[in-house]
Formats: sequence, C-alpha cells, structure tokens
Amino acid sequence: MKKLTINDSTTSWQLADKIREISGENINTCMQCGTCSAVCPMFQQSGSPPRLVMALAQLGLEDQLADQRIYKVCASCLYCGVRCPRGIDVPRVMEALRQITLRQNIDMIHPAQIPEADMRELPTIALVAAFRKLTA
Amino acid sequence: MATSYYPGCTLKTKARNLEVAALESASVLGLELVELPRWNCCGAVYSLADDNLLNLLAPVRVLIRALEQGNDKLVTICSMCYNTLARANRMMREDLEKRHTINGFMDEEPDYAGEIQVVHYLDFLRDELGWAELRKRVTNPLQGLKVAPYYGCTLTRPYEISLDPRPEAPTIMSDFLEALGATPTDFPHSTTCCGSYQVLADPQSALASAENVLGSAISSSADILALSCPLCEYNLGLRQRDLPTDIPTIFFSQLLAMALGLGADLCHFELNQVNTRKLLRERDFPLP
Ligand code: SF4
Ligand code: SF4
Repeated sequence: MKKLTINDSTTSWQLADKIREISGENINTCMQCGTCSAVCPMFQQSGSPPRLVMALAQLGLEDQLADQRIYKVCASCLYCGVRCPRGIDVPRVMEALRQITLRQNIDMIHPAQIPEADMRELPTIALVAAFRKLTA
Repeated sequence: MATSYYPGCTLKTKARNLEVAALESASVLGLELVELPRWNCCGAVYSLADDNLLNLLAPVRVLIRALEQGNDKLVTICSMCYNTLARANRMMREDLEKRHTINGFMDEEPDYAGEIQVVHYLDFLRDELGWAELRKRVTNPLQGLKVAPYYGCTLTRPYEISLDPRPEAPTIMSDFLEALGATPTDFPHSTTCCGSYQVLADPQSALASAENVLGSAISSSADILALSCPLCEYNLGLRQRDLPTDIPTIFFSQLLAMALGLGADLCHFELNQVNTRKLLRERDFPLP
C-alpha cells in the first residue's frame, strides 16, 4: 500500500474548499463506507475508487488526487449519489474535480484525435455530452 | 388538445427510427404531439457544478419555447433530453436564487419559473392513455417475444425526476411491454450505466460497463433489449461488434409501432443493427 503523507506541505485546504464550493456538497460527512465504489460501473476498469477520492478530497491531498482517474472516467451515471448513506451527491464532487482541471485549460479529450470513422457513427448527444463534460 | 414535443438533435439524425415510430404511434393512438416550432440542443447533460449556470441556458430556453406554445406539458422521447430538461425545469422551479440570475441574464426572453411539466413519452402514454387502453389498441401483440427493459441512468436518476415512482425497481417499461403482448424479462442491470459519453474518452471502461449490462440481459433469456436512448443504442447496439455478446437491440417506440400494426417502413429498421433485423425476420415481422 502506498504511504500517505499528511502535513502542511501535502494538504491544500484551498483545494478542499474549492471542491466544496463547486460541488455544493459537504465532503466532510463521508464516512468511507465504500458504497459509492461498490456501485460505480467505472471503478473496476479504472482501478480508481470514488471512496478514495472522497478521502483525498477531505484532506485536500492535491498530488494524490491528480493520480486518480475516476473523476475523468466518471460517466455521471449518478448511481453513487443515490446510494450514498450520508446523502452526499458524489457525482457533484466528481464534477467539481473535473471543473478544477478544466478551469486550468486542461482538456480531458481532444476532439481532433477522435477517429473520423467514430465521428461519423457517434450520435450527436454523445459528442455534445463528452465535450461538455471533458473539454474546457 | 395537442401537446408540445421536443425532439432534440439525435432524433433528427442517427435515431430517426426512435422518433418516427413514436410519432406515428402517437397519432394512431389519437395523442397529438406538435413539435416546438423553434428549438435548440438541450446540452445533452445537466451541469453538476454549483457555480456554472451557463450550461443551463440551453435547456431553459427550450422550456421557454414550450411555455410560449401555451401547453402545460412538454413531451420528450430521448432519455438524455428528458433528463436534462426535467432537471433544468426542477431547478427553475425550486432554486429561487439561480432562477433569478438566469432570468436576469436572459433579459431578451420572458421570465420562466418552471411552469411547464417535462414528461417522457412513456409517462405520457401511461397518464394520457393508460396501459389497459393501450392493450386494447394493440392489433399485433408481440406474443412470445422476450424483451429486456433497459432504463439506463437517465430515466430514473436522480430519483426526483424518475419516470417511475419506484426508481430503485422501476416497472414502467415492463408494464408497457406487457400491454404490447410481449414478455418482459427483468434483469439486475436494467438501471446500470451503458458507459455513456465515456465511450469517446475511455472506450475500454465504457464498453466493460456495456458488456455487464448486455450479459445481464442475456442471462434473463431475453430475445431483445428495449432502449429509449440513442447513446445507449450506440454503446449496447452498434459497439457490440467489439464485445463477445450478441443480443439484438430495439427502441421501445419501434416495438410500439410493431404492436399497433404500423408498416415496417415507419420504423426505419435500416438504422438498427443487423442482428435486430435478423431476429425480426425470423419472427415473421415483415421488413421492407
Ligand atoms: S457512499 Fe458516501 S459515505 Fe460511503 S464512502 Fe462513498 S461518499 Fe463516503
Ligand atoms: S456517477 Fe461517476 S463516480 Fe458515481 S457511480 Fe457513476 S461513474 Fe461512478
């Protein structure tokens, strides 16, 4: 298991505040039960559990959060949000993390790299949804 | 009285089969749907960021167009449009501060406060006609066809906008299928995500989720999977070519049109997958 170092130099309370502000959710009430990870359809493949992201977000552990993939591969399916026993709208936390990345002008997909054949086959809603969620 | 209808972008292009079958069926059932004379893309997804109201302008504009028509309802067919519009509508109804900001920003538009009710076509059928009446109107019951009802994410989550009063175990699609004479086969992953727009960014993860849904539908011994979303049709239908599963997919509206005895040309089966057309041929459903 990777060691977590929690001290003033690893913790960004500003980041934790930003996540709270953009998501509108009180991330501190997460009790680490793991229900969100259990229902998440994107956790297995990505190997990045929503539960861990909640813990890292509470502590504002910027570097560790940057290593997590779940908020980038999250499909906004809302399953974790309806199941969280603490009533946290977890998908909004994922959105906040995406927004923090996108607002630094870092895109998570690059339209020019989508193969032309896919572009021709994809339904419009797929393109609009992906560009809305994953590009700055 | 005619009810306003919002198609959205995809029903005019890739998913004409979803739209045409639904509209023709409505007209046979005496339910008059009139497309909004002017509309824009709803944005496909609802913004979950508390400080981003910009993405709400598109769906709210659509709702204002509907209000201008003087109806109290707006019917949608595409699941993603339904979700985005219904949530934007709730927000305008319930969040006074955001409503005030949005109305103030769109000063060229009339003020909107969530007066319209956004309903999905299945809701509309249930409430305007009812399943018992629909059963009576079916001329070509889909006897012996085992159909897996797939809701995906957007028809039941968040629970506040669920089509079904029991979002954890919805039955609206099964009730609909039963009225058509088909045999619904409930399956555990009927509300699991198909992978959605992540098929663009991370196809491996998205298709793993799709495979999960398809495997679950196959285990329920379904002949075919019923859908209401063009993106689900892409992930679960077309992209099955990248997966080991092989189960046909069809839009719920096409099943409705078939049960009402409408011609196959109105269902645009040419836009469905090869395995779907093969199954329909085997079941003696005349294809053009
Ligand atoms: S389900 Fe809720 S309380 Fe449990 S770990 Fe996830 S966010 Fe925390
Ligand atoms: S909303 Fe995102 S994080 Fe939550 S269960 Fe769905 S894919 Fe996983």
